[in-house]
Amino acid sequence: MAVVFKKPNALTDKPTHYCPGCTHGIVHRLVAECIDELGIEGKAIGVAPVGCAVMAYDYFSCDMIQAPHGRAPAIATGVKRSLPDSFVFTYQGDGDLAAIGTAETIHAAARGENITIIFINNAIYGMTGGQMAPTTLPSQVTQTSPYGRNVNEVGYPIKMCEMLSTLDGATYLERVSVDCVKNVNATKRAIKKAFQTQIDGKGFSLVEVISTCPTNWGLSPNAALDWLRDNMIPYYPLGVYKDSTSDKEEK
Amino acid sequence: MKGNEALAEAAIQAGCTRFFGYPITPQTELAAYMAKRLPKIGGVFLQAESEVSAINMLQGAGAAGVRAMTSSSSPGISLKAEGISYMAGADVPGLIINVQRGGPGLGGIQPSQADYWQATKAPGHGDFHILVFAPNSVQEMVDLVSHAFDLSDNYRVPAMILADGLLGQMMEPVEIKSSDEKVELPKKQWATCGHNNEREHNIVNSLFLQANELERVVRERFERYKVIEENETMCEKYMTDDADYIVVAFGATARVAKAAVKDARAKGIKIGLVRPITLWPFPKEELKEVAVNAKSFLCVEMNMGQMVEDVKLAIDCSRPVEFFGRTGGVIPTPAEVLEQIVKLSGGEQ
Amino acid sequence: MQEFNSILAGFGGQGILFMGKAIAYAGLIDGKEVSWLPSYGPEMRGGTANCSVCISEEDICSPLVTNPNVLIAMNLPSFDKFIDTVVPGGTVIIDSTLVSKKVDRTDVNVSYIPATEIAESKGLKGLANIILIGKLLEQTNFCSYETIEKTINEVVPARKKNLIPKNMEAINIGMNYKN
Repeated sequence: MAVVFKKPNALTDKPTHYCPGCTHGIVHRLVAECIDELGIEGKAIGVAPVGCAVMAYDYFSCDMIQAPHGRAPAIATGVKRSLPDSFVFTYQGDGDLAAIGTAETIHAAARGENITIIFINNAIYGMTGGQMAPTTLPSQVTQTSPYGRNVNEVGYPIKMCEMLSTLDGATYLERVSVDCVKNVNATKRAIKKAFQTQIDGKGFSLVEVISTCPTNWGLSPNAALDWLRDNMIPYYPLGVYKDSTSDKEEK
Repeated sequence: MKGNEALAEAAIQAGCTRFFGYPITPQTELAAYMAKRLPKIGGVFLQAESEVSAINMLQGAGAAGVRAMTSSSSPGISLKAEGISYMAGADVPGLIINVQRGGPGLGGIQPSQADYWQATKAPGHGDFHILVFAPNSVQEMVDLVSHAFDLSDNYRVPAMILADGLLGQMMEPVEIKSSDEKVELPKKQWATCGHNNEREHNIVNSLFLQANELERVVRERFERYKVIEENETMCEKYMTDDADYIVVAFGATARVAKAAVKDARAKGIKIGLVRPITLWPFPKEELKEVAVNAKSFLCVEMNMGQMVEDVKLAIDCSRPVEFFGRTGGVIPTPAEVLEQIVKLSGGEQ
Repeated sequence: MQEFNSILAGFGGQGILFMGKAIAYAGLIDGKEVSWLPSYGPEMRGGTANCSVCISEEDICSPLVTNPNVLIAMNLPSFDKFIDTVVPGGTVIIDSTLVSKKVDRTDVNVSYIPATEIAESKGLKGLANIILIGKLLEQTNFCSYETIEKTINEVVPARKKNLIPKNMEAINIGMNYKN
């Protein structure tokens, strides 16, 4: 019988701990498919964050490092600067990347560090049980914004792709979503392009994936996808925010 | 050579090819030296956006299996505490230099030993130790750098050189073993450097959610610590054989104390000096030995008495342990220490 | 001298630290133990600068000199700060262009030399510190003349090698100056 669908080699056999309906699984698979298709598992080193994806080190079958909260881009920098021929990616959530690790993210981009960041933006802290994130939408209810995010008190969400796009060091920035088949396919194309950017030695690439957190949003998986389409995508428009891959010389 | 530069060159000779740091007085010359030298030998110098990033870059480089270091001074080391704990928890080797200055807070920029507790008791959260070396001369800093790298690699424990502004800034003649041959580093089977489709994936990780599993990992690490304590403790004893009184001092302060011990001997006071070279592991046995014949001890430090408890514990409080120290960046003088020694010996001359 | 424990002090920019390095280097050439310890502070230029230099036949215990047997003072604040710390019988050398006071102690050997003024007038601008080394040599014989020649050759940076004769001229002026 012909095999028409199988697990990518770059994923281990370990069952993930993610909640039902969580989109981490989809993004893990897309990352793994891209690693397989580009044939880079042997030289890949992944950096796992603190947050829901903390145990990603068990799920990807390449070498993996678990970073302190927010520091994945610094760890990745240390690896890449030590092994310039390796392939280095981080996988981080919104609290990790856009709150406690803002400095690490911005400076890795500003340096044009030749690494790839997969950034999962689901507008909430998942692992700790649903607190307000730097990307939580105005008026969105979370455990620590029980009356809705009051922008007069706690300010506005951070739009990472827009912000990073002002940096000359960043080479490829794209925001995508995994809410439907069409967007899942677009996400895979974006990840592959970002990975290729690194393989070509062209510098910093980041793919922001607008994702759901049904558990902490208090919605069913389907309703969560609807909420994402109705609320998140209007605030975080999808698209390529920066692509200077054709301008940049190989490093 | 200036102490800070000597540390840098010694690291290069020991095979260190990656440096990550952030500017802070009084260790800046070290980073500047690395910035000049490393690119010329195919290494990497990178000025990080913060101390926090620098220590994590060190962890990344250490995990990738290369010899790397970071350097800072007291306030910067506090920021590195998180990363040091993660390195210890994931058994990642690496060298951290602390050219101490006065604290707490922004403190001052003059020499100090006020980070003794931080280095030996709590360099970060959790159950762990790091190797701590306290050189007392530019030459010893040089010698201890390569030793620290070796032990850090062998035991997979982060190592620290606990220097101070005096040692970092002073210049003394040094001999640095330079070799054109590449330093052969031990093979690191555990390193995350890409499995090349030839082995299972390696994971560098400090997370163990199962309590039993974390306990097992920590206990295994403490077994290693025991081996380190048995084999790697270093200390210098000076005129202790017939000593009635013992001065205990480390680092630059030990030089001042030694001058005072010489002066006291000239006055006929039977006094000796014990100088811990490793602060962790602490030379407990050596202190216990000298306590057999000594009447009392005097700790001399550039802080408010942080090592006193360790000395008391080492000798099971069997003898009185007095303390003399200056802090805030003030360096004790031999005359001040001599005065204390005379007092300790009951004024007998 | 058996033990040479010095404090060299003045303003930043006068070449105090360089003067210290040169003296320490001379000790090194003679195969002795040496140490050089600068004061360091937030002012990069124009603030006070001083350093301790020790030369000894034996290991140097404390590189921080608190009671020097040699003091070179190149400004008034340094003079005031350190003059009373000099051990009896010690050597004090004062740049009298910049320090107008006289020493009121009688138990130290004092030399007054208007090094800055001499340097200006002889076209040796910036070499007052070297003139003072010359005076120090004459007063203490802390090393031989040959050693000083070698030292000057070593410590003058490569891109300024053309200035070696001027440095030696400064040494000679310092040595031959009479109060």
